[in-house]
Amino acid sequence: MFKWKKLGRVFNPTKYKDKSWMREFAQAPSVLIFDKFVRVFFACRPLRDKNRQYVSYTGFVDLNRYNLFEIINISKRPILQLGERGTFDEFGTYPVSVIRKDNEIIAYYGGWTRCESIPYTVSIGVAKSHDNGVHFTKFGRGPLLSSNILDPYVVSGPKVRRFNERWYLWYVAGTKWLETNSKPEAVYKIRMAYSVDGINWTRNGKNLIENKIEKNECQASPDVIYYKEKYHMFFCYKYSLNFRNNKRGYKIGYAYSDDLTHWIRDDTKAGIDISRKGWDGESIAYPHVFELDNNLYMLYLGNQVGRYGFGLAQLEDYKQ
Amino acid sequence: MKWKKFGKIFDPTRHKLSNNCVEFAQSPQALVFDDYVRIYFSTREKDKTGKYLSHISFIDIDKKFKNIINVSSDTVIELGNLGCYDEHGIFPLNILRDSNKILGYIGGWNRRVSVQTDGSIGLAVSNDQGLTFKRIGDGPVLTSSLHEPFMMGDPFVQMYDGIYHMWYIYGTQWIEASKEKEPQRVYKIGHATSHNGISWQKEGRQLIADKLNFNECQALPTVIKVKNKYHMLFCYRQATDFRKNRERSYRIGYAFSKDLKEWTRDDDTVGIDVSEDDWDCDMLCYPHVFRCDGKIYLLYNGNEFGRFGFGLAILEDVEN
Repeated sequence: MFKWKKLGRVFNPTKYKDKSWMREFAQAPSVLIFDKFVRVFFACRPLRDKNRQYVSYTGFVDLNRYNLFEIINISKRPILQLGERGTFDEFGTYPVSVIRKDNEIIAYYGGWTRCESIPYTVSIGVAKSHDNGVHFTKFGRGPLLSSNILDPYVVSGPKVRRFNERWYLWYVAGTKWLETNSKPEAVYKIRMAYSVDGINWTRNGKNLIENKIEKNECQASPDVIYYKEKYHMFFCYKYSLNFRNNKRGYKIGYAYSDDLTHWIRDDTKAGIDISRKGWDGESIAYPHVFELDNNLYMLYLGNQVGRYGFGLAQLEDYKQ
Repeated sequence: MKWKKFGKIFDPTRHKLSNNCVEFAQSPQALVFDDYVRIYFSTREKDKTGKYLSHISFIDIDKKFKNIINVSSDTVIELGNLGCYDEHGIFPLNILRDSNKILGYIGGWNRRVSVQTDGSIGLAVSNDQGLTFKRIGDGPVLTSSLHEPFMMGDPFVQMYDGIYHMWYIYGTQWIEASKEKEPQRVYKIGHATSHNGISWQKEGRQLIADKLNFNECQALPTVIKVKNKYHMLFCYRQATDFRKNRERSYRIGYAFSKDLKEWTRDDDTVGIDVSEDDWDCDMLCYPHVFRCDGKIYLLYNGNEFGRFGFGLAILEDVEN
């Protein structure tokens, strides 16, 4: 049983007008911890283009390690360039998940392109940084993980972790597109890949988390930690249709496992929910859990999937 | 090599085709039976928006290649589901007899927004002598990767010494040319191997050297072993202004190999070229080489990429 105490909103991108590429949204936060600050990567967007379409970039804010509500630096440029014409990440890099490997930082990211019959598709790319995550260079112009027989649709939302010398990538796999009166909507579930080197990944196409609200429930942001001899996954889930700007949007769910393969879902233990009102009064999404200085924190998005930024919560009674 | 042309053997505008297709019989692919040869091809339907969908059909023809015994009146393989890699067309369906099954490797494509299309390669199986095929999964078996970033297509699979070999094409860039309304793709021939026909390892390099220039487009590789040498035919063209300009359109190229690793390009010895004044006077494309009763044949398309059908040639001589 977890109990999270909300500490408030950390970053609201709509308050900053000086960067054309960072005007709205601060989505899918994930941290990289340094001696004096915590770098929080997140995906942001310029205003819509003339066709009312968005692209997404990834930037970061640096938070004072000893006061996480003090922003001491904001990235001047996106950490990753969008891909060239026709590539998988031409229109967006969202979300990004980073991990240290030797002297490098490796980033796994969802690359977005636009399709005709469906609004978009996503594949997972990989890039590395030699300057503490200010700038990343892609391994190649193409994706690392794309659709295959087991994952025929979007392959998105990577979250990388290493446990016991093995690399794990939790990700989101599309299972179908639902036709609607306007644009088709994706249905997606949480899956896992593993690897010995971070580059060659094995997938099995199995959904890890049972559905709760409906068969077409959409699940995202699988964030896994090891704590008290168990693996714990925080994720978010929503209805597949009519989920925008209402309470059918994202909520935070929870599951636990002994072996990283078999998961028992028990959302009643997530210990965090929407507020009664305010920036996170309608939906909460994209949990990211990290340990810092003997505390366990969760970054999460508020209403409209982070349009107005992300906030921080702290676990009560955390004892490692 | 020396090929003797038989002339055009099938004109799609003279037959009733399934799926409302009226023109095009592209990328012919042979499946030899005791008494006849089944030739699959890609034909086209216009959808509600006036854009093309590519469907697979076939004819059965006698072994003298004079009399068409049957034209498929049913759907050979459905197009992919909404959002799948092969939603808008299959081109080609490459056929391989594999013990008691018939495999169909799918060159699947779907429409994009910033470029016209993207493609991946899938697998379907027939248990009814090739009348119908069912996918082994909704996703592809070979798709874009770090260094082959987009536009996978044109599979051609053969088994040599217990290993499945696939030759295919992958895109290297989309170029914007002032004379062209839309971006134009550049693609090259690649190679992958497999122990089961499903999991493939890409060799990861351009197999055939460019002849025209860096932007030469190479397509539809087809390979046959004669005695101790492997022979590859393919087609190649300039990247732009290739539709109406006879000098820049598809021709058939040739390469040979002794070990399936190193290929030597030698177009001068391909032994077939455009005719002076006939259905194949402007271009030659989409070659397919096959054996039938001890002889070696070449199926291919002519002018307008096969809008008015395909023809046949027979190998008269091959140098060892």
